[in-house]
Amino acid sequence: MTKKLMKGSEAIGEAAVQAGCHLFFGYPITPQNEIPEYMSMRLPQVGGTFVQAESEVAASNMLYGAAGSGERVMTSSSSPGISLMAEAISYLAGAELPVVIVNIMRAGPGLGGILPSQNDYRQATKGMAHGDFRLLVLAPWSVQEAADLVQDAFDLADYYRNPVLILGDGLIGQMMEPVEFAEGREPIKELPLKDWAATGNDGSKPRSVINSLFLDPEELEQHNYHLKEKYDRMERDEVRFTTSGLDTDYDVLIVAYGTVARVCSTAIEELADNGVKVGMVRPVSLFPYPYQAVREAARKAKAVLVVELSMGQMIEDVRLAIEGSKPLHFLNRTGGMLVSPDEVVDKIHAISEGSSQEVVHA
Amino acid sequence: MLETVFSKPEALRDVTTHYCPGCTHGTIHRIIAEVLDELGVRERTVGVAPVGCSVLAYNYFETDFHEASHGRAPAVATGIKRARPDLVVFAYQGDGDLASIGMAEIVHCANRGEKVTVVFVNNAIYGMTGGQMAPTTMPGQVATTCPLGRDVDLAGHPIRVSEMLSTLRTPAFVARTSVHTPLLSVNTKEMLRRAFTYQVEGRCFSLVEILSTCPTNWGIPPAEATKWLEKNMLPYYPLGVFKTPESGSREPMPLER
Repeated sequence: MTKKLMKGSEAIGEAAVQAGCHLFFGYPITPQNEIPEYMSMRLPQVGGTFVQAESEVAASNMLYGAAGSGERVMTSSSSPGISLMAEAISYLAGAELPVVIVNIMRAGPGLGGILPSQNDYRQATKGMAHGDFRLLVLAPWSVQEAADLVQDAFDLADYYRNPVLILGDGLIGQMMEPVEFAEGREPIKELPLKDWAATGNDGSKPRSVINSLFLDPEELEQHNYHLKEKYDRMERDEVRFTTSGLDTDYDVLIVAYGTVARVCSTAIEELADNGVKVGMVRPVSLFPYPYQAVREAARKAKAVLVVELSMGQMIEDVRLAIEGSKPLHFLNRTGGMLVSPDEVVDKIHAISEGSSQEVVHA
Repeated sequence: MLETVFSKPEALRDVTTHYCPGCTHGTIHRIIAEVLDELGVRERTVGVAPVGCSVLAYNYFETDFHEASHGRAPAVATGIKRARPDLVVFAYQGDGDLASIGMAEIVHCANRGEKVTVVFVNNAIYGMTGGQMAPTTMPGQVATTCPLGRDVDLAGHPIRVSEMLSTLRTPAFVARTSVHTPLLSVNTKEMLRRAFTYQVEGRCFSLVEILSTCPTNWGIPPAEATKWLEKNMLPYYPLGVFKTPESGSREPMPLER
């Protein structure tokens, strides 16, 4: 199939349709409106349904009903809207419903701004809402990767019976790049039958109840152990990352994800032209996090640099990975400001010259 | 030859409910089950349970079910119906669930004209959480969060959901009934039959509000609770059909004749 020039948001929508998602429930919020707009145009063409809900609260609960009926379903939103969906996401995880949720992050806190940010990392990977649960979180750095990850996300959601979150930023949503959809794409997992779906009870199967309520504490404890077992399997089987420059020597290891990692790779090329070698690990799955890859890559480095569009969220996982074995440095912009390649280059020089201040935690 | 003239509906499971003595949830469950049986739709029905006293409704109906979060049953029902239009979908909600935290969801579900049926049980109080004031609590009625009685200057007047929803332009079937007498229970069954039939025929959104007693949280015996409902609730919450898809436009009439 030929490549097509697409906006990230449209590619995300088309990828969902290609993955067999014929249901979309959403609510307008900048900077991701192109996703529901695309779906409102595209879904009727394939016999699907688009509903503009009255709120993110309603949209996420429509997701619950549709997913509980065994159909592939997606929603998208941006930071404040995801906060409104958080309660339902806890229910979705508790009731083990497969859904795909896209968060095109904007800068916060509060109403914040509408420009790109990575300030929802912690929410996505650690504390989306009440209760012990995890989302599988995937972070694309290009339009093509966004399209690929969305399709994989539906398979992963079905396989694990768990919500999967695509964590992008305003850049991913807005930029245009060539994108290709493989014909005859096979699922990346052997998908189980959805015999648990509530689609009416004619006696041919046990009654289906989509539910996260367990009034018996022993049952609820068992349910939590069952969920934990799933998250453990994700940690074992679903870690995704890319690396660059790790097969030669390097002084500094950069850890960055999403579009920021692209800025870093531009800087790394520029540094290489001047004989400065820098390695990079780019986490693609944020949960499960590639702790081992970061730990091993850090062994060869003299220092580790984390670059983020936040006040320092993923850096906590890098700390866990390297466990104080190397000096840790941090470069960031927030509020919708972007890190430039020049800032990364300057930071690397500063680290080499000893003028960059280490991140020290008490 | 013996003929069975009365039996448990197939759509009701053979279990004991957790409802209090004098509560009407059991009666309402049974009437819904009878209607599902008589319409022959039990096998393709999916219910949505609320948060409230009927949170465990999924244990009592012999149909597939979803347990929704507080107030969101109409959104969950929307999701099910849009995903599987061939299913018969009903949400079962109390007055705290529907008229307080879930007000946005019920209004927009009705306004989109979702082809689902909502059974709205109004007993003028929060039951499961222990008798707090609801948006439907009567003026002066004592509740655990208005120990001196509902003060309409501070809490406003009780919300009349059927009247409010019937102002929407989108075609719908909206009725208010009660089950505190046998005759009214028969009427209620007819209203539920009409509501589900409109859905089965793909005609419109339907909601049946059913007035209910809560002896436990009203703090009076069941027989007195029935009288209290008649004396206090019926005048404010009149029974009747408020809207049908056949009823005409509710556009204002011209000022000049």
